[in-house]
Amino acid sequence: MKHLRSVGELDRASALELLALADSMAEINARPIPKVPALRGKTVCSLFFEDSTRTRMSFETAAKRLSADTMNFSVSTSSVNKGESLRDTIETVTAMGVDAFVVRHRTTGVPWQLSRWTNASIVNAGDGWHQHPTQALLDAFTIRRRFGLTGDLAGIRIAVVGDIKHSRVARSDVELFTMLGAEVVLVAPTSLLPPSLEGWGVSSVVHSIDAVIGEIDVLYLLRMQMERQEQSLVPSLAEYTDRFGLTPPRAERLRDSAIVMHPGPMNRGVEIVVDPAELPGSAILDQVANGVSVRMAVLFQLLGSGSGLSESAGGSW
Amino acid sequence: MSEFVIKGGTVVDSNGERRVDVLVSDGVIREVAPSLRAERVLDASGCVVSPGFVDLHVHLRQPGREEAETVETGSRAAALGGFTAVVAMPNTDPAQDSVAVVEQVRRWGIEAGLCEVLPSGCLTVGRAGERMAPIGELASVGVRIFTDDGNGVQDPLLMRRIMEYSSDLDVVLAQHCEVSRLTTGAVMHEGCCSSRLGLPGWPAIAEELMVFRDIELARITGARLHVLHLSTARSVELVRAAKADGLPVTAEVAPHHFTLTDELLESFDALYKVNPPLRTPADIAALKEGLRDGTIDAIATDHAPHPPASKEQPLDSAPPGMLGLQTALPLALGELGLDLRRIVELMSVAPARIAGVSDRHGGPIDAGRPANITVFDPEQTWTVRGTQLASKSRNTPYEGRTLRGRVRHTVLNGSPTVIDGAAQR
Repeated sequence: MKHLRSVGELDRASALELLALADSMAEINARPIPKVPALRGKTVCSLFFEDSTRTRMSFETAAKRLSADTMNFSVSTSSVNKGESLRDTIETVTAMGVDAFVVRHRTTGVPWQLSRWTNASIVNAGDGWHQHPTQALLDAFTIRRRFGLTGDLAGIRIAVVGDIKHSRVARSDVELFTMLGAEVVLVAPTSLLPPSLEGWGVSSVVHSIDAVIGEIDVLYLLRMQMERQEQSLVPSLAEYTDRFGLTPPRAERLRDSAIVMHPGPMNRGVEIVVDPAELPGSAILDQVANGVSVRMAVLFQLLGSGSGLSESAGGSW
Repeated sequence: MSEFVIKGGTVVDSNGERRVDVLVSDGVIREVAPSLRAERVLDASGCVVSPGFVDLHVHLRQPGREEAETVETGSRAAALGGFTAVVAMPNTDPAQDSVAVVEQVRRWGIEAGLCEVLPSGCLTVGRAGERMAPIGELASVGVRIFTDDGNGVQDPLLMRRIMEYSSDLDVVLAQHCEVSRLTTGAVMHEGCCSSRLGLPGWPAIAEELMVFRDIELARITGARLHVLHLSTARSVELVRAAKADGLPVTAEVAPHHFTLTDELLESFDALYKVNPPLRTPADIAALKEGLRDGTIDAIATDHAPHPPASKEQPLDSAPPGMLGLQTALPLALGELGLDLRRIVELMSVAPARIAGVSDRHGGPIDAGRPANITVFDPEQTWTVRGTQLASKSRNTPYEGRTLRGRVRHTVLNGSPTVIDGAAQR
């Protein structure tokens, strides 16, 4: 595997292999000194054209735990000249000696464009509304762990709720969840669904969270952006919460075994009205922790030589 | 080379097909008959001799965007593509909304001497969609086609007034049909592909609403409407119905819209970003049927050069458009399954009529007519290389494709601008 730009670059076998590798990384992360020399001498560069401190930190932590050198090329959206050529940027930074770029951009497709102009590996950390494959992997990883699964997600019923249309998390998650055999239900008003769901492989689309809330294993809440109200995609955020938010009465109806997930950052009072800390099924912080293990697995798979996981860095502990 | 004979070819024009030679001298077709002689010969064996092609839709980029194209480089690409006249779109900088700019563009065309450049005029001042451009004044200096191409006129009241005002002038109102409120931020056709790729979609309805609006406005005003770069199946139906009602409506389609589909955007290459966007196989089938049955009058390239760096931007910032002048003929020959006479009608006869230049372009190849002639070999294959095209830019979506059909000679006002596939100036 040269790049990880989309879930579509994986198949069931390679996805399961990455999840198994992430299990090993989680073991490393549980050690007193969570660091191995696996990627010593490799350089991982964060290329974030759109700010995301959380995702960038997660990737950088992952890289450092594998002993890679890290570089950070941060381009705030405001300073990106509209006329700037992506090619110039990537060629310049590649010349400094980079083995992998972790790329985030507000526009779909940029990781593919960049990979035409660099020999380095590209990990997509989010492009437009399109893909965020490590998010999908960490979500699948989290579900596996919470349900004690060792294989795929067969038999798990997942409701993805909210702004599917503008969500790279939804596109990546739905693709990976269905690839791994889960049953996926989309819950949204039509104005927040993409124009077509052809090829998405979802089992159904419903327009009411109440129709499914008592029958699912995973409630996946998407972030609802404030601007959707201004764009008249919903009449108001309050009405959205009424119809699609996780309110206390709805939380009551969740199965005891059900878990609640969210890619963060949460809009409290919009998609989630209950305090997640008081939700027994909340897996939201697990997702954050698991993100590091999954990203270690991805970087190792792209850049590793296949050895070096067993010894610890410096071997001195 | 004031006298020469085009020898050994098959003339195809509005009168049909015939094996004759064509004697040209002093800018005029002197004689059309078998076995003509002259000291100089343009060999046309195995070739089709047709009236010069007319492109209703070309972006020459000058003034203002000379790094992408100039009137001269665009005219050269046109001549090599077999065109003897092109309509220059007005989205220059400054825009072609004044006599001064229009005259300058025309003059550059004459200086280049590679094809007749017919400047279009803006419908609204600065193409801003707010105030009517000086349509009468521009018409008085010979501007025939008016358009804000790149923008559709959004305001229905303004469009109605433009139609009313211009209905007694001998002009054609050419609309870029796009309701812009429905396409904000759009990068590609809205459909299952855009949904999967998470790219903002340009829905078919955004075109169709304006096609419908303008047909109905033309119905009540009597204005002469030309629909630019038709791209959807439903738009074809709307135009077909308008014609059935006897309305003075014409339409064009661009080769990329009948050859390429939205799935090309899966590469995320901005080369395939164009406005209106590449659509679906069902749309292509409808466009082809429209080209066959006469609903669509003309093939027009929407030749839109952009330098490489601008196409190396993210998809939302990269400008839309692709080269078209040198690939139009082989695509029309290869993809439509139409006979040569219909191809010549679509590329020469009808666009010449729409552009108001039938006195000198579009044939027929008869003695006494101005010698604007294209000679092409319908069988010759060649491989498209952006670097080998005459345009200043290289943004062809057909890079590496082998096409069948190539222009061999082009004659403008009795002078060859292209001989054996080589530009003469």
